[in-house]
Amino acid sequence: MANEQKKGLSTNSNAYTLIYAAVLVVIVAFLLSFVSSTLHERQLANEKIDKKSQILAAINVVDQADVEAAYSKYVKEAIVINEHGQVAEGDGFDVDFGKKTDKDHLPLYKCEVDGAVKYIIPVKGNGLWGPIWGYVGLNDDKSTVYGIYFNHEGETPGLGAEIVTNGFREPFKGKHIKNAAGEVVSIAVVKKGIKVEGQDQVDAISGGTITSVGVNDMLKNSLSSYKEFLTK
Amino acid sequence: MSELFSKKNKEAFTLPLSKDNPVTVQVLGICSALAVTAQLEPAIVMGLAVTIIVAFSNVIISLMRNTIPTRIRIIVQLVVVAALVTIVNQVLKAFAYNVAQALSVYVGLIITNCILMGRLEAFAMTNKPWPSFLDGLGNGLGYAKILVIVAFFRELLGSGTIFGVNILNYECVKNAGYMNNGMMLMPAMALIVVACIVWWQRAHNKDLQEK
Repeated sequence: MANEQKKGLSTNSNAYTLIYAAVLVVIVAFLLSFVSSTLHERQLANEKIDKKSQILAAINVVDQADVEAAYSKYVKEAIVINEHGQVAEGDGFDVDFGKKTDKDHLPLYKCEVDGAVKYIIPVKGNGLWGPIWGYVGLNDDKSTVYGIYFNHEGETPGLGAEIVTNGFREPFKGKHIKNAAGEVVSIAVVKKGIKVEGQDQVDAISGGTITSVGVNDMLKNSLSSYKEFLTK
Repeated sequence: MSELFSKKNKEAFTLPLSKDNPVTVQVLGICSALAVTAQLEPAIVMGLAVTIIVAFSNVIISLMRNTIPTRIRIIVQLVVVAALVTIVNQVLKAFAYNVAQALSVYVGLIITNCILMGRLEAFAMTNKPWPSFLDGLGNGLGYAKILVIVAFFRELLGSGTIFGVNILNYECVKNAGYMNNGMMLMPAMALIVVACIVWWQRAHNKDLQEK
């Protein structure tokens, strides 16, 4: 390399290399932890607001101006239920609806829109590249979809990432997650032209097959945990 | 002033935009050019993010260039880039949450972008901070330029939209026999569009043609 300017200290000696590496790592580590700890609270607050706006999107409230105010206006209760449909202790909003569904702690949001009761059920699953999640807003018959929201961590833009668009979400509205007999059967996401017996269906995204299957499985799995509550 | 914008410095900025484009001539950063060009919006966000990060990591490495031990220079470059990208991401999450959301996976992709390592190694290690900054800006914008061109054609021909706004999805267009080409949304088509740009560029620029 042409950049070796001798300054009395050899930049090629082992000692120099080792000390340089150690000092650099310590400086970078300190910088990163400083940035992370000072900004942590602001980030958490942002995440909470973001989660609230996602929940509101499931009851078709997309006014982003004041999320906190809209949230307290529409969402009356955030409760925790278990798989038998009984109310458990805790605040539904704080439940980390993480990778594994904890069947004893299922979050559920009770909302009121223009005097009508709506329920919001969080759903979680896997897309092609990473997790996908969403919120399903149901009418008080616990079957008709009032609104729905999907999001993803890293699906392909233009293909799988299309699940966030209105074009994909709109057809869910008015569909039923229960069949005529009142059993929870979820909504199928299938390729255009294919007919599914016994449950409502919407079109999958062309080119986003694996993400579409992910949405299909996510709805089926997550909603089945709420079976008792939904059929009660 | 005259030294700041000397011919050499100007070239550090303008060459990557045309004759020494990072994507079409240096053939760097192809992988991310395939991944983010299905739509215009992420392509622009990615282009700007890379521009900023290349410019600043170039400056930092250029300032450190005389102290870096040659044997661990690649690791030092990587640490600087990774730290810079992580800090930018943290700050965005705290103060511009929507932008951070839009960037999401691309932030990680920036660290692995070959343009960064390529420019740090080829330019910043042997040049002063100011020319390095210009070189970073030029290469970032040269990369963004190609991304935007590719994304324009992929989104228009693949989805029939521009910035998500409907352009071609009308009944009368469909009745005339036109259909959106789903192939354009596949990453492979980005390669073909990039290749078309390379073809065009070489045809118009004698210096780039092999004898």
